[in-house]
Amino acid sequence: MAEKFDVIVVGAGMAGNAAAYTLAKGGLNVLQIERGETPGSKNVQGAILYADAIEKIIPDFRDEAPLERHLIEQRVWVLDDSSYIGTHYRSEAFNQEPYNRYTIIRAHFDQWFNKKAREAGALTICETTVSELLLDGKKVIGVRTDRKGGEIYADAVILADGVNSRLAVKAGFHAEIQPRDVALAVKEIHFLPQETIEARFNIGEEEGVVIEMAGKISAGMMGTGFLYTNKESITLGVGCMLSDFKQQKVTPYALLDRMKSHPSIAPLIAGSEMKEYAAHLIPEGGYNAIPQVWGDGWLIAGDAGQFVNGIHREGSNLAMTTGMLAAQTLVELKQAGKPFTAGNLAKYKRKLDDSFVMKDLKKYRRMPDIFHKNKQFFTTYPELLSKAAQTLIRVDGVDKKTKEKSIKQSFVAARSRLGLIGDAFRFWRAVE
Amino acid sequence: MHSVVCIKQVPDSAQIRVHPVTNTIMRQGVPAIINPYDLFALEEALRLKDRFGGTVTVVTMGPPMAEAALRKCLSYGADDAILVSDRSFAGSDTLVTSYALTATLRKIMESMPVDLIFTGKQTIDGDTAQVGPGIAKRLDYQLLTYVSKIVDVDLEHREIRVERRAEGGVQLLKTTLPCLITMLEGTNEMRFGDLDDLFRAARYELKVWDRTVIGIEDPETVGVKGSPTVVSKVFAPRPRSQRAEIIDLQDDSPKNLASTLLARMFTQHPKLEREIAKRAR
Ligand SMILES: Cc1cc2nc3c(=O)[nH]c(=O)nc-3n(C[C@H](O)[C@H](O)[C@H](O)COP(=O)(O)OP(=O)(O)OC[C@H]3O[C@@H](n4cnc5c(N)ncnc54)[C@H](O)[C@@H]3O)c2cc1C
Repeated sequence: MAEKFDVIVVGAGMAGNAAAYTLAKGGLNVLQIERGETPGSKNVQGAILYADAIEKIIPDFRDEAPLERHLIEQRVWVLDDSSYIGTHYRSEAFNQEPYNRYTIIRAHFDQWFNKKAREAGALTICETTVSELLLDGKKVIGVRTDRKGGEIYADAVILADGVNSRLAVKAGFHAEIQPRDVALAVKEIHFLPQETIEARFNIGEEEGVVIEMAGKISAGMMGTGFLYTNKESITLGVGCMLSDFKQQKVTPYALLDRMKSHPSIAPLIAGSEMKEYAAHLIPEGGYNAIPQVWGDGWLIAGDAGQFVNGIHREGSNLAMTTGMLAAQTLVELKQAGKPFTAGNLAKYKRKLDDSFVMKDLKKYRRMPDIFHKNKQFFTTYPELLSKAAQTLIRVDGVDKKTKEKSIKQSFVAARSRLGLIGDAFRFWRAVE
Repeated sequence: MHSVVCIKQVPDSAQIRVHPVTNTIMRQGVPAIINPYDLFALEEALRLKDRFGGTVTVVTMGPPMAEAALRKCLSYGADDAILVSDRSFAGSDTLVTSYALTATLRKIMESMPVDLIFTGKQTIDGDTAQVGPGIAKRLDYQLLTYVSKIVDVDLEHREIRVERRAEGGVQLLKTTLPCLITMLEGTNEMRFGDLDDLFRAARYELKVWDRTVIGIEDPETVGVKGSPTVVSKVFAPRPRSQRAEIIDLQDDSPKNLASTLLARMFTQHPKLEREIAKRAR
């Protein structure tokens, strides 16, 4: 007996839960299908939660959502092999409620978020994989699952199935994602007693710190590292473009091991017990990698649509926002009695264009390409910066003018005058 | 045929840790799972249903969050699920748990007779293996523990034959219905339920029974007050302080190696050296 729903949402990650919740609240009959044992069991995010996106969906989320620490300090480090140079920004403004950013554990957060969707009326089934979309010509009319009696019908399907969306590729909606458009990230969760974490980072009971890292930890590849404080654990990881991993033949775990033994990082996790190891892809192709995300009876949201702002490390908030917008589109059409045709669903595209999602991604559209072609940003500059700091700070009888000259020379020697100007321009173009 | 399967939601012991400073068990964030042994019991009950028809009811006594475990059992194909939950049950030991579950089973029997009661061989968080036998005793049922196989059931003569794993061999046992079976692990493999089962599980209106529903009037007979068992201390076993020594074996003749090894051993255990020397004489 095949059932029929208004909408089927594939995936119970950030995008899927936002969509299912919004659809159910909007009075639609929605089925959500997740392949993991529970929502969140397959999700690997760091993770920082940006309050704004979830607040737009569940305004009082702070009362019940499982949150680890609110962030009061952001560190940005550029590392070479033995040093880091960077900035730390800590502000009491981040200690004023309502807080702006939190660390979360995805497995806990996703379960809570999914519970809200179910309470709103969505039906969620887990441990079930959608194996393909059911098509009538070009129109999506349902899904096939790996369960016995596994076909289910719906007027529309939202694909919120994450970065490597096999379903859309199989249905011919877009081509395979390319190794140069995704990063492979590995991360570990290290357990430490709460008091130890608070002492090491000089923070209070609920407060947290983020360290974003770039430089030689990516071993010359395009990539970054991160370290976040949770309540009783530290999450740290590193991610680089898949195409670079392929070329350089460095294994991700070797990279992470190196990062953990860096003299600036090792003391932060000393004595910890590793709890969890995970690897996951992150879409990093940016604006130009975004496929068509709507059609007859289908919409794509979240990582499946490549909606990630790599340089700002924003993904979950884009996932939630796109999931919400996709759902709102369907709710509005349903209320107006309009069918879910490609023409009507183009409304989703307009909503995306009006939101911060497309505006931000458009702003950084050149970035992936520029960083792919200019690896000096990940190799030469970190070293130069560290050496410059070293030269300036060390007191050794050399006069300051000579020191400045030698720093200048080291930059010119490494990149040439023209090269330096070019790099400055390229960097500016990337983030302009 | 009506089987009742008693299950428990437990913290996933593979992920439990003991706080290094306070020595208490840290449950926070540890995922809850169905006690793995209970799944063998449930699957066996479902197989009997496949063969003889009938109903499989799943029961658990636990906090409201145990609902998830029951829904999972429904998604595997169980027909009904009952959550026995009451604040006064908190802190119950195995004696009280078997008391409350027996009361629950009696209540179930008011509407449908029970042929078989299943439990897992034990739980992974308590490891006592006492609740199943406790229920059998209270109901005056035949008790078959550590069952590895249900050979056959003769519904007409109300008989059952099972294989039971005992020390040093397998026993073939025959007894009469109704009876209680505690299932051994590794005896079957849990099925992958149909889509229909999943939908039914997600939509099922769970029965939640509190203490008074199962007819226990006196709150003093359950929970901490009713439990004679006292857990006086919980502690993590101290890791062995001595680590194995790894000796580099490269480029050395076997003879040299042997004497190096012996020399090391004897420096650490001089008594052993004396002993051997004495015997050699
Ligand atoms: C190491 C790492 C760190 C990150 N850090 C941050 C951060 O700090 N802040 C931030 O905002 N973002 C971060 N991100 C990005 C963020 O995790 C993603 O952008 C976000 O999870 C995307 O949500 P989603 O719902 O689109 O996809 P996902 O969260 O991946 O969810 C997809 C879901 O679909 C399910 N699914 C897939 N295929 C099927 C199928 N065929 N049938 C049924 N179910 C299916 C999956 O099991 C999964 O649960 C990080 C990512 C990684 C890998």
